[in-house]
Amino acid sequence: MGAVAEAILKVEHLTMRFGGLTAVDDLSFQARRGEITALIGPNGAGKTTVFNCITGFYKPTEGSVALGQSANAFAGLHAALAQGARHSPGGDLHLLERMPEYEIARRARVARTFQNIRLFTGLTALENLMVAQHNSLMRASGYTLGGIFGLPSHRRGTQAALDKSAYWLEHVGLIERADDPAGDLPYGAQRRLEIARAMCTDPLLLCLDEPAAGLNLRESEELNQLLRFVRDQHGTSVLLIEHHMGVVMEISDHVVVLDYGRKISEGVPAFVSSDPHVVAAYLGVEDEQVEQATGELS
Amino acid sequence: MAEDPKLQPTVEFRPEGAERQDEDRREGLAGEPPRKTEPRSRSAGAILKDSVITALIALALSGPLVGLVMAPGPSKALEIQQRWAPVVLIVALVFVGRLLLNLFVWRKQPQGRSQHRTAAVSPRPSLPAIGTFATPLLLVLSIGLPILVIYGAPDQSRYVLGVGTLILTYVMLGWGLNVVVGLAGLLDLGYVAFYAIGAYSYALISTQLGWSFWICLPLAGLLAAAFGVILGFPVLRLRGDYLAIVTLAFGEIIRLVLLNWTELTNGPAGINQIPRPSFFGLPFTAGPGGFAATFGLPYSTNHRIVFLYYLILALALITSFITVRIRNMPIGRAWEALRYDEIASRSLGINTTNVKLTAFAIGAMFGGFAGSFFATRQGFISPESFNFMESATVLAIVVLGGAGSQLGVAVAAVVMIGGLEALRNLSVLKALFGDNFDPTQYRLLAFGLVMVAIMVWRPRGLIADRRPSVLLRDRKPAGTSGMGAA
Repeated sequence: MGAVAEAILKVEHLTMRFGGLTAVDDLSFQARRGEITALIGPNGAGKTTVFNCITGFYKPTEGSVALGQSANAFAGLHAALAQGARHSPGGDLHLLERMPEYEIARRARVARTFQNIRLFTGLTALENLMVAQHNSLMRASGYTLGGIFGLPSHRRGTQAALDKSAYWLEHVGLIERADDPAGDLPYGAQRRLEIARAMCTDPLLLCLDEPAAGLNLRESEELNQLLRFVRDQHGTSVLLIEHHMGVVMEISDHVVVLDYGRKISEGVPAFVSSDPHVVAAYLGVEDEQVEQATGELS
Repeated sequence: MAEDPKLQPTVEFRPEGAERQDEDRREGLAGEPPRKTEPRSRSAGAILKDSVITALIALALSGPLVGLVMAPGPSKALEIQQRWAPVVLIVALVFVGRLLLNLFVWRKQPQGRSQHRTAAVSPRPSLPAIGTFATPLLLVLSIGLPILVIYGAPDQSRYVLGVGTLILTYVMLGWGLNVVVGLAGLLDLGYVAFYAIGAYSYALISTQLGWSFWICLPLAGLLAAAFGVILGFPVLRLRGDYLAIVTLAFGEIIRLVLLNWTELTNGPAGINQIPRPSFFGLPFTAGPGGFAATFGLPYSTNHRIVFLYYLILALALITSFITVRIRNMPIGRAWEALRYDEIASRSLGINTTNVKLTAFAIGAMFGGFAGSFFATRQGFISPESFNFMESATVLAIVVLGGAGSQLGVAVAAVVMIGGLEALRNLSVLKALFGDNFDPTQYRLLAFGLVMVAIMVWRPRGLIADRRPSVLLRDRKPAGTSGMGAA
């Protein structure tokens, strides 16, 4: 695995039950800083549920999801867990399962995209990116009051937000369509715009839910470049769910495989793709082998 | 629908939630009433048949509705009387109208249809163009109206300015509700509650404490805003229909409290002798120290009416100014984002609770201002004035005008309120239908017809185009603004 980077996200003993259905079962894994971590698995394996737990849209039944913003943040993890606090005393460790989703985006700086694109369709592409910078813009506009009276801080803040929006529109190739309603953009462009919108929140961790779904070959190649750019130029760690193995194998640094809510394999892409458990989960196996495999797991 | 390639790609990936409603609405726009899809070049027989069928429908509808009247007969008991003349007239009008439409209007558009359809998908380009000169025109007209009527038609000036003031009150209410419904997308059926709170706050503070209008006005607005937040808290989790029901109930609760809390509000008898507004301390009285005497003008009752007119005009313009400013600020964009997708807003770190509460509070504040103006203008208020019909009228103005559009709401208010007032005076109809005909009885019918017409031809309101709050091409040198299909 080479030099191991330190973790940015630690998921420990995560369990999510919906009534009698256990969607995620005692899952533990890490995403490392400055890396692209892929979460894969067959349909219904619980990937999106894990995502929703990390980004606060579900409250997990058990377990913890911790995000460390600095190198030594996780030292305070157990103290924070025991205290029942949301953040470590230093403020650089966040226990996401205890925070509302907007706080996760604002304080812990975790951004996400959605499996079924959720853009503000009636707003223009540019406005979508401006909405993403809501919190910094609110501060600059003196919580609207300063903006009404046209204070210079508001103007500076708006200009900075516009510059950042233009920067990301440029990088996802949508600068020409900045003033078109987001809903009028082609499908691939909407996917890229959603990533740009998430990046406008200045995230430390970017969570992408099937970013390559419905993209053609050229578009998914562009997506790979974009994700590498995000990782290498902005130092943003990426956690992605993907079915498109071309994307996963090419750009991931680390792969976690789920099946029926459990982790069945983990490692570098080459290791995972040859792991018999993974092959069994994706392709199915003879009954004896299933018993053998489940015996090993439990 | 198949011949329009622009509609195709979106169909496969149908988004969820508000986006989906939006698309459905667009498709609704593109869809045609069934009759229009019939082949264009029809024989005379088919046209005649179509007109006869329409006339028969009109007969079936107007026969019982117009033709039969319950009235006290010779024995003073109620009996059914017949009057067939108006029915015949209505049926004849429908027949001839349909015939003419068939012959001259619908016939000529066999090719024009498809163009019309694409135009309907993206908002018609002609309307924003109208907007650019209609706004200053309306503004100049509304400022010049008092001068125009006082010198043009002195005997009518009281009445015309009264109607103008009424219309402007509704414009202001519409603009206030537009923040909640048009921008934030929260369907509020109880807006009249804030109007009532503003009116009662003003009435109580000014009669009990004797404070002046200019102190009571902001206080009333703040109180209404506080109630907006109070209403906002319990309904934060609700959306769509559920929110509408709760706000409807809130409106009724406020009215019932006003009706029954006799010690404070004087119950159904209402509050009277509410102080009239003064011209910044100068009362509109005939004696010395009054407005007329101070400025050396001959005393006239018109002064106060003109002052009230300009007061509501100023209040309405302030409402619009603040709304337009806020719309271009982060909170305004967050309102609109909330309308399209609440979950995505939260994923971007927006505290949707606060965003909704500000929308409720600001909308309520404008309602409160309008309410205190109403109280000072009338001099008397009672719970009667704040029934559900008011909420419905204001909501209709916002929806018909085009949710989110300032000009649309203003135009809709003029059409709805001014139009109803105009119907009251249509003595021409009396000549047509006989002396017993009372046009005011048909006001709601006309109201309904206008709504149906607007919803058929412009389902997203009179002015449905949305102007982006910020444009990149304004900030960049020309040449980079190569736009795709708009």
